Amino acid sequence: MGKRVIAIGLLAALALVILSPLASAFPDGLERVAEDLGFIDRAQEPAYQTLPDYTVPGVSDEALSTIMAGVIGALVVFLAAWGLGAVVRRRDGSEGTPKPLSPRKPVS
Amino acid sequence: MHIPDGFLSAPVAASSWVLSAGGIGYAARRAGRELGEKQIPMMGVAGAFIFAAQMLNFTVAGGTSGHLLGGALAAIVLGPWQGALVLTSVLAVQALLFQDGGLLALGANVFNMALVGVLTAYVTYRFGRRLLGENRLGSLVSTFAAAWLSVVVASLVAALELAASGAYSAGVVFTTMGGVHVLVGIGEGIITTAVVAFLLGTRPDLVTLQPARA
Repeated sequence: MGKRVIAIGLLAALALVILSPLASAFPDGLERVAEDLGFIDRAQEPAYQTLPDYTVPGVSDEALSTIMAGVIGALVVFLAAWGLGAVVRRRDGSEGTPKPLSPRKPVS
Repeated sequence: MHIPDGFLSAPVAASSWVLSAGGIGYAARRAGRELGEKQIPMMGVAGAFIFAAQMLNFTVAGGTSGHLLGGALAAIVLGPWQGALVLTSVLAVQALLFQDGGLLALGANVFNMALVGVLTAYVTYRFGRRLLGENRLGSLVSTFAAAWLSVVVASLVAALELAASGAYSAGVVFTTMGGVHVLVGIGEGIITTAVVAFLLGTRPDLVTLQPARA
């Protein structure tokens, strides 16, 4: 897969992040159910806060704060998923050649 | 449908961690066997795209929103095992960095969305294509069905965990969670089908589960 596909994919992700301040602020399906059925209060405060509610603390402009948090998150996920792929491939121990998917045919 | 900490009882949170760890371990073995060098960056791109798309909540009805989960998209574009790993990356970053979904509940969230969501989509897509034919239309209809069902089934499993945790009676939490996500799933279906149609039209080679005759 070429660098061009990576660039276009990341640009598409960036476009979505830039649109994210326009996202619906209504509670999602689970939150709505938890509110309606009255168990939303069971939710505990997180043990720590880094980028709470997809914002960067200290950035007062709400839209900018959301976009910055989104860019950070998308890049971290990009590296994490890539890294995970690299790790599982290496751990397989196949030394660069994927094992055949179909039953091996005997080599005569 | 990211479950925060506090909603689940300790036994439910712990057992879903165990199930998820086993499931992801299996997915990692399968993905490692099937993964080509060139597909690894694609996992990163898909993860970034799904993370970004998950930020875009859309209004469904009655002051409720939903957003893409991406399980079907990941399963169809990357295959189920790579897809499960990508969704796990997204969920882990959301929990660790954004406090979206609890840390104790991460096992359940991975189980619901990365395992149940992705595998439901994969099975539905395969079944749909067998039923509808190995062509573009059959593939897109199957994509929509896979995306919709993956959200509904994941929400029902979440409901089961909530009921088992004593959050509310099983029947009520089952019907309300299912009822909302029948609607959220339509959004999932539209977005997933649009993205898969775009990829099949431009770069079908990037779609792992592409129809035989695109």
